[in-house]
Amino acid sequence: MEEKLALFKNRKRFGIEKNIDIIFKNTALVLSSFVAIILLGIVLVIFFQSFESFSRYGLKFLVTSEWNPVKDEYGAFTAIYGTLITSFLSLLITIPLGVGTAIFITEDFVPKVFREIIGSFVELLAAIPSVVLGLWAIFVMEPFFRAFFVFLHNFFGWVPLFSTEPTGRNSLLAILILVIMLLPIVTSIARDSLNQVPKKLRNASYGIGASRWKTIFSVILPAALSGIMAGVLLALGRAMGETMAVTMIIGNSNAFSWSLLSPGYTISSMLANQFGEADGSQVSSLFYAAFVLMILSLVVNIFAQWLVKKFSLKY
Amino acid sequence: MNSLFYQQNSSRNIGDKVFTSLSLICVVIAILPLIFLVTYILIKGGAQITPELFTLEPNPPGDDLDAGGINPALIGTLIITTIASIIAIPVGVGGGIYLAEYSKGGPFSRFIRFGVNVLAGVPSIIAGVFIYALIVSTKILFGSMYSGLAGGMALSILMLPTVIKTTDEGLKLVPNELRYASLGVGASMYTTILKITLPSAFRSIATGVVLGIARAAGETAPLIFTALFSYYYITGFGDLFYEMGSLAVLIYNFALEPYDAQNQLAWAASFILVLSILSVNIFSRILAALTEKTKRV
Amino acid sequence: MIKNTKKAQKNNILSLEDVSISYGKFEAVKNIFCNFKKGDITSLIGPSGCGKSTVLRSLNRMNDLIPNCSLKGTVLFDGTNIYDKRVDPVEVRRRIGMVFQQPNPFPKSIYENIAFGARINGFTGDMDDLVELALKKAALWSECKDKLNDSGYSLSGGQQQRLCIARTIAIEPEIILMDEPCSALDPISTLKIEETMHELKKNYTIIIVTHNMQQALRVSDMTAFFNAIEYEEGDGGKVGYLAEFNSTKKIFSSPKEKITQEYISGKFG
Repeated sequence: MEEKLALFKNRKRFGIEKNIDIIFKNTALVLSSFVAIILLGIVLVIFFQSFESFSRYGLKFLVTSEWNPVKDEYGAFTAIYGTLITSFLSLLITIPLGVGTAIFITEDFVPKVFREIIGSFVELLAAIPSVVLGLWAIFVMEPFFRAFFVFLHNFFGWVPLFSTEPTGRNSLLAILILVIMLLPIVTSIARDSLNQVPKKLRNASYGIGASRWKTIFSVILPAALSGIMAGVLLALGRAMGETMAVTMIIGNSNAFSWSLLSPGYTISSMLANQFGEADGSQVSSLFYAAFVLMILSLVVNIFAQWLVKKFSLKY
Repeated sequence: MNSLFYQQNSSRNIGDKVFTSLSLICVVIAILPLIFLVTYILIKGGAQITPELFTLEPNPPGDDLDAGGINPALIGTLIITTIASIIAIPVGVGGGIYLAEYSKGGPFSRFIRFGVNVLAGVPSIIAGVFIYALIVSTKILFGSMYSGLAGGMALSILMLPTVIKTTDEGLKLVPNELRYASLGVGASMYTTILKITLPSAFRSIATGVVLGIARAAGETAPLIFTALFSYYYITGFGDLFYEMGSLAVLIYNFALEPYDAQNQLAWAASFILVLSILSVNIFSRILAALTEKTKRV
Repeated sequence: MIKNTKKAQKNNILSLEDVSISYGKFEAVKNIFCNFKKGDITSLIGPSGCGKSTVLRSLNRMNDLIPNCSLKGTVLFDGTNIYDKRVDPVEVRRRIGMVFQQPNPFPKSIYENIAFGARINGFTGDMDDLVELALKKAALWSECKDKLNDSGYSLSGGQQQRLCIARTIAIEPEIILMDEPCSALDPISTLKIEETMHELKKNYTIIIVTHNMQQALRVSDMTAFFNAIEYEEGDGGKVGYLAEFNSTKKIFSSPKEKITQEYISGKFG
């Protein structure tokens, strides 16, 4: 054994190895703080760039809808309204569809193989780039729905939301394409939350003679509610920030209209459309609009995370 | 008389049937457009695929007869995603290593994990706006404005949260016993991480990272005013500092052109983009399922 | 090197002086005084929750890896307090090896499992020889000499644990700590490992935590009996202490403490 020990000549850690250990740790530490630096950088840079417009218009920017580079007058109400109305309405359609689909694939209506195929198919669709969805919306969805929009206007024209003649691209199409984009998010999160409901809750309900849907509505859905809510909020954040598909189909008009059948604007579509060619104080106003969008999505995302945390503590 | 037999007309059983049908309708409404969408893209786009598509430059809109090919955009997408990966993977894997291996659940790591989730929720166009303000408008990159490099940077911001998250979660799945074993024979922390824990988590991290890259390859919003677009072949290293085309931006630009030839090119580019993204996704899913199976045995 | 002011007995390789270990606010063990002699096998026994594993892990600073774990007091190894700020824990672990409760081979070949530790310890000799020697000492050579390139996971549980022992031997530590090394194994594998320990005794000092009193009786020269008492504050929490430390023979035939007597006769635990 003694002569064997002699072979471990470098047994003591060289100073260099100890230093590598420390350098490695600190590098990892610095790299992990990049996330915070980038996040802070985004907020600061966009805030400072929008400062000129902010000091000029203040909060009036949020409620006036004139956006006129010629007169150098800017107000983002049309885009903000468009962002909010498209995201909320698309969510309103997506929630029942997504939760319904999630229920279908967590209950045993059809054999497991089919449910898994449906589930992974829906998830795969989340991977389709939004610019491709936009292309499809322009050439397939718009012609497909044209007659339906005319019908909507003729019979429900007295409702402000349908009060204008449909002319090609419009907000309603943007809402429909958003539904397709949000479905995978809502469905997969709702499915995960439903799967997390403990089996004993279901058995307890069946045990006292409740029917399947009675059990779903009064036991399972309430137990999964906060998880589903978090998923809905994440989808809302996504809808508000979604750019390409919406930009391609919404019509990009800054003329304000309550009607969904007229062309509209969202903050992100406005950015996509104008950023490349803007100059002067228009740039600052665009940054201001970007700042508004960022705050909206930050609030929604942070709230969603808070819900997730609260939810995960419960089980 | 109360009977135990199933009563078709009881309100409870009718209600159950109605709701079951409703949920089935939800599935149909949700699935049908999706199936239609994928088939349409694959058929419509697939019909446009020719060998010249991969070798030619796109012709400027207006030339009705022939739109040319998508070679610069295809190469551009590869370059821009590579740049994004070169930035995001080391930063993300390093950050993930810190969170999973070094931090002990204190306020700093909780803050960073929170930040990762927030960054993941930042709209993709905001990443573009940020890089525009930081790089493009300041001409900080050797005086160049719109460039493939700037585009890659914008994409890397979107990839970063995915890479950190998959690294963090992949490493957390490595059993502690393995770490103890390595430290127990006197390995340094960095040897343990590089030689033992990271290789053990390699497959799950790689899957997540590849999925992140696939997703970034289809992102358009961060590129439209950072990398912009170019009709011309990429010929050398210097082209990194100039406008660079990409499949995603090509689809966006050409979808909005009034000419049929350009529209066809957009479909062809969609076909290539969707097919490669879907196959990466399906392949990694199958791989993950297979790994799960072998683990259970 | 920081020399201890007290004169440590020459054949004491490791001494605990007034050691208390806490997890966060909760004290796990308190005021341990204990000397481990060179070349002995010492068993740490006691009811579950008495902190014997905690003490063992503190001997080569493995408890550094557990968040919030802190130690007060002095652990002298070779005249040095291993909890001194200037001490490098990695260095300590190279000289005091550890075998864990669950066999934990690396996801590498059998050969690499052994070579890994030796290599990072700066081994410059013939690796094939070292692997053979280590496997022979761990009584595993005959069973796996033909499949050194197979994964460590291809071995049975007992073989895996002996591979872990071989891995530890290969870095030539002065002390080997074993944390219930047989608790996950069947009786035959257990017996083999005990035989291995008898072999190893010639060259190494071994400290083993075991819940199996027969094992302590079979393998060890010295036995430390740990017990746990409720906090004086009486909130139900327990703190461990060293109740009795003596030669194994004395502990099992004529223990001084009543509590030891009760434990070894199976009245609690």
